Amino acid sequence: MNAPTPPTVLDPIDRAIVVATQSGLPLTSRPYHAIGRTLGVPADEVMRRVERMRALGLIRRIGVVPNHYAIGYTANGMTVWDVDDARVDALGDLVGALDAVSHCYRRPRHLPDWPYNLFAMVHGRSRDEADAKVREIRTILGDACRASEILYSVRILKKAGLRLAHHAGAPPAPITAV
Amino acid sequence: MHDAAMDDTDRRIVNVLQDAFPVSARPYRTAARRLGLTESELIGRLKRLLRTGVLSRFGPLYQIERAGGRYLLCAMRVPHDRVGAVAAMLDAMPEVAHNYERDHVFNLWFVLAAESPAAVDRAVDRIEDVTGLQVFAFPKQREYFLDLRLTV
Repeated sequence: MNAPTPPTVLDPIDRAIVVATQSGLPLTSRPYHAIGRTLGVPADEVMRRVERMRALGLIRRIGVVPNHYAIGYTANGMTVWDVDDARVDALGDLVGALDAVSHCYRRPRHLPDWPYNLFAMVHGRSRDEADAKVREIRTILGDACRASEILYSVRILKKAGLRLAHHAGAPPAPITAV
Repeated sequence: MHDAAMDDTDRRIVNVLQDAFPVSARPYRTAARRLGLTESELIGRLKRLLRTGVLSRFGPLYQIERAGGRYLLCAMRVPHDRVGAVAAMLDAMPEVAHNYERDHVFNLWFVLAAESPAAVDRAVDRIEDVTGLQVFAFPKQREYFLDLRLTV
């Protein structure tokens, strides 16, 4: 997963398929035919290209993306830890493997404002459930961890996912000062 | 958006259809059979779950870094009276994939997603120019594991 793999080149048809499906698969009986009609490409070719993108990992998965809050996970915490650099990778593998953790990354510190280098997302149906998961992480990290915090989400302001422009190189929309 | 709005069939859809949706001429029919539903029942339920906000999306989840693109987690310290305006600006930018408000002095956490690292860098510059606030970038240096499934 961390080995540098050379990027796949998206040709214009692949890219058009990404643009046509990034906000969702058509909710119609023959969705790949619908995409093919829009793009002027046979449905078989659309499916072949989607399968190829999935095999290459460019499509991580195909399915539902639930809204955490709406399905009852109201305590969504980003836990952040200041972990000894010499031990963070070995411990990160253990933390990431916990069922309680959905994503786990090493990221840079921004000293002095931000001392944390290990990020692990936990989701609970209550703060108590999330806190129990945080205790599991704390136990694994032990004395390699100098400090930690939990940043609970207050609200989802946007959850759109990837949004490529319809045309490569399209100029950004103007935005005024806020 | 409330858990109570889901029945058992909805829960099974959410749990079963998080991955491995078929790529075939009639994928909803195949998936529906696995769930003991008809194709039109499944499509109708997916439409409703999207409309009511139980689902954010249904379809392929792209990892654009495999095609030369980039994701970047960013954080900002936004004064409370400006959160709404800054969030509205981020909402209008297609490069902003997700944005969460968190209870911390670093209160806005968002993910930029674009076709190239340069496009992500330009988005960071624009946000800093427009807001006058610093954007703290947290590029992933290592990914330890990823399991995006949640059961209901």
